[in-house]
Amino acid sequence: MPNPTRIEINCETGVESIIELTDAEVAELAYQAELAAEKKAEEDAKAEADAAAKAALLDRLGITADEAKLLLA
Amino acid sequence: MANTFELIASSTVGAGGASSIDFTSIPSTYTDLAIYLSARQSRSEVVSNTRIEFNGSSANLSCRYLQGTGSAAVSSSSASYLFAASPANTATANTFGNSYIYIPNYAGSTNKSVSWDAVTETNATGAEAYLVAGLWSNTAAITSIKLSSLSSDNFMQYSTAYLYGVKNA
Repeated sequence: MPNPTRIEINCETGVESIIELTDAEVAELAYQAELAAEKKAEEDAKAEADAAAKAALLDRLGITADEAKLLLA
Repeated sequence: MANTFELIASSTVGAGGASSIDFTSIPSTYTDLAIYLSARQSRSEVVSNTRIEFNGSSANLSCRYLQGTGSAAVSSSSASYLFAASPANTATANTFGNSYIYIPNYAGSTNKSVSWDAVTETNATGAEAYLVAGLWSNTAAITSIKLSSLSSDNFMQYSTAYLYGVKNA
């Protein structure tokens, strides 16, 4: 099975090339996919944790998000 | 207000798909760049993410985005990637998502800001909309742009990308 290809368009010459990835580039793609999935999961988890912490704080203070905005305005 | 859009280059993905669409040797003669992307990815999901990189570098990219999923609205950020959603291969067959990416002052010597709006398409739940404020913290002029899948999947056949130069913006 051939490796995936990428499209390269040289904007100066207008020449479009379809280039088969090397084995090393295929391995790098697989690594990048894993890395992206890990980082995205970390960032999503942090965003969820931050939102939960914010909600808990508002709850403890007994005010709504809109009321907190008013205080900070 | 922009008053001149010139098509610099475009590409349509062929039968085998493509892991990326790379615009190279971008001339520095415009004030801004605009990209229209119509894409569908090969990943076995309803939605996947398309990323952008500049000058062959995947470093110093970040973004903050608003994401609408049809059932929820999310505000989030990434300290590592600049991306937005595209439909993937379990979305309704033959549907493609649209993106509009705007890069002002791409040839200047300041960090590069990027705005990106994107919608996916499917006749079921799971379609998404993204509004993205992105940053490439690099002062080099942008001379090449790479569009690819964040999950390293392929752009499917008939995906298209159009790169425009904007003058007198």
